[in-house]
Amino acid sequence: MIEYTAKIKEIANRLLSEGKVEMVIGFRKGTVPMMNQPHYATSAASVNELIWDSNCAINLANYVTDKKGTIGIVAKGCDSRNLVTHIIENKIKREQLVIIGVPCTGMIDRHKISSMIGKDILAIDESGETITVSGAGFSEKIIKNDVLQENCASCAHRNPIIYDELIGDKVAEKTYVDPYASVRRVEAMTPGDKWKYIEELLAPCIRCYACRNACPLCYCPTCFVDESKPQWVGKSQDSIDVRTFHLLRAYHCAGRCTDCGACERVCPMSIKIREFTKKLNKDCQELYGWEAGLTLDQRPPLDSFKTDDPQEFIK
Amino acid sequence: MTLIKIDRQTWVDGIEKAKSAYRVFGPVKENNDHEFKLLAKGEMPDFNCQNTRMSPKAIIYPQSQIMFTYSLDESKDDCRIMKEVENATSPQVAVGVRPCDALAFPIVRRNFDSPEYQDTYWIKAYEATTFVGLACNAACSTCFCTSAGTGPFGETGLDILLVQDGDTLYAKTLTPKGEALAASAGWSSPAASDVSARLETLKTAAEASVTAAVSTDKLKDKVLLDLYEAPFWEEEAFSCINCGTCTYVCPTCWCFDVQDETHGKSGIRMRNWDSCMFPLFTHHASGHNPRHNNYERLRQRFMHKLKYYVDKYDSGIQCVGCGRCIRLCPVNIDIRRICDKMNSFDAKSCACDVASS
Repeated sequence: MIEYTAKIKEIANRLLSEGKVEMVIGFRKGTVPMMNQPHYATSAASVNELIWDSNCAINLANYVTDKKGTIGIVAKGCDSRNLVTHIIENKIKREQLVIIGVPCTGMIDRHKISSMIGKDILAIDESGETITVSGAGFSEKIIKNDVLQENCASCAHRNPIIYDELIGDKVAEKTYVDPYASVRRVEAMTPGDKWKYIEELLAPCIRCYACRNACPLCYCPTCFVDESKPQWVGKSQDSIDVRTFHLLRAYHCAGRCTDCGACERVCPMSIKIREFTKKLNKDCQELYGWEAGLTLDQRPPLDSFKTDDPQEFIK
Repeated sequence: MTLIKIDRQTWVDGIEKAKSAYRVFGPVKENNDHEFKLLAKGEMPDFNCQNTRMSPKAIIYPQSQIMFTYSLDESKDDCRIMKEVENATSPQVAVGVRPCDALAFPIVRRNFDSPEYQDTYWIKAYEATTFVGLACNAACSTCFCTSAGTGPFGETGLDILLVQDGDTLYAKTLTPKGEALAASAGWSSPAASDVSARLETLKTAAEASVTAAVSTDKLKDKVLLDLYEAPFWEEEAFSCINCGTCTYVCPTCWCFDVQDETHGKSGIRMRNWDSCMFPLFTHHASGHNPRHNNYERLRQRFMHKLKYYVDKYDSGIQCVGCGRCIRLCPVNIDIRRICDKMNSFDAKSCACDVASS
């Protein structure tokens, strides 16, 4: 995937010099391993900083919300699905965007690699499917497929859904991997065990809201947890308030979540936040045959009403 | 100051003995990361870690803290009277505090314990605490303590400094509080006379292992408004998602919000950590927000740590170089990069650039 870098720069330079866009949003190399930084380029010098490798997991659709002007944006499969959702939800106009599509072979899980290695990682290199992790006195080779972010491991839409430029040949979509195995496990639990599971899942939460703020879906001008007139949710570490935040946020994402994994990636406490959104994705798939961000031509099931909508769950 | 040798068994026994007189906190591995926790009987601090994920600041300054209770029951005499909750911390020890985190306490103290204002909650907890540091024999790649006012063997803010040398621990008592803890734990064997030299060697090696640095020498001389209006803030803030990670994991971020919560006819007044990254932090009752844009909030965080604090206290930066914000920022905002930009900022050359372009 790293060979995409030159192509991204070439397209970005062309789009900017032809005046087709005012900026190109992509990634630049981060100051620490496994952490590339969202970056915007407006000049040849800033285009030169653009990069592509397996550490570009942050969802860039989050950076075009309500933006004015014309924007070139580098988009892997999930980013493009969130751009579709953004367009449907009027957060950006299709004609404002020049989408530089990136066929993606998955992003690597920085939490997983750090705990696997257990030492201070100083550098990470990738060549094809091999990742070399090195630091003081060690160098280890890892197969990329073994350290993919969980959402990437079960991703069924690695190629961009919409794009204006494509950075390379489309990649083969993965053979089906059940993304809902953990959801089924929770569904099978007794109510008491489910409660305990959720309580333990959220116990480390420090309410930094990184999950919400990294999520392209969370663009409310004022999030319900930040409302002060009236204030809906308490501000302390009370577990009821923490749960209220996470569960309501998940419900706000129902039928919209593309499982891009940004929430989990950014969580400083490594909380498996996708456990909630995956359950709702599964419900949307089973009830409405719906996956978010695959088409510009259909309203999402939860913002439209049909007389034959399923209603068995209403009790 | 005494230098004490503590072998493995004396260490384990001493921690257990100390637990009868103190509440003992130390780093414990939970899932994949180490955090400071109150140690149960038989539980030992785990020194097999570098910096804990969260700083130990919550031992003194919890994320949520009840300050007052009140009643809204009109039939009671104390209706609508704020009553302070019992605010006495029993003696406690924080074991395994890294020198960077230790320096954070005196820094934060300037805010909570000043001649004009004393925060009784923070002060009582601080005074009840004995700080047992653990020198770092090797730094993390994101550590820059040596350019932030301390070092891997820094002693500021500590009552005892422990140094690990293989299986042996050496304890340097630095204050009467530290001596009292050592006595209570039964750590009393004087170290051999050549140990001091050995520790100096370890210290030199540890300092050499710090590879990251920031330049802070010119911050004080910068014109405040020049820095405030510097053109780099918007660019540096582009990736920032304005989450509270950097502020919550930071050992020197001290801001809080006061909240009343009423349940039926009784209620509590508490404080919770707050973050200058959040729009609500500066949201006025009128609806106006003086820091409406995300770059203004990012600027506030760095200006506070690296300029306002520097100007106000003339005592270095409000950062100890622990590197947590660098490691945990979801979008790689790096304080080293911002600090260097601020330190090397030249308003004049910048003005010329703008004029000529």
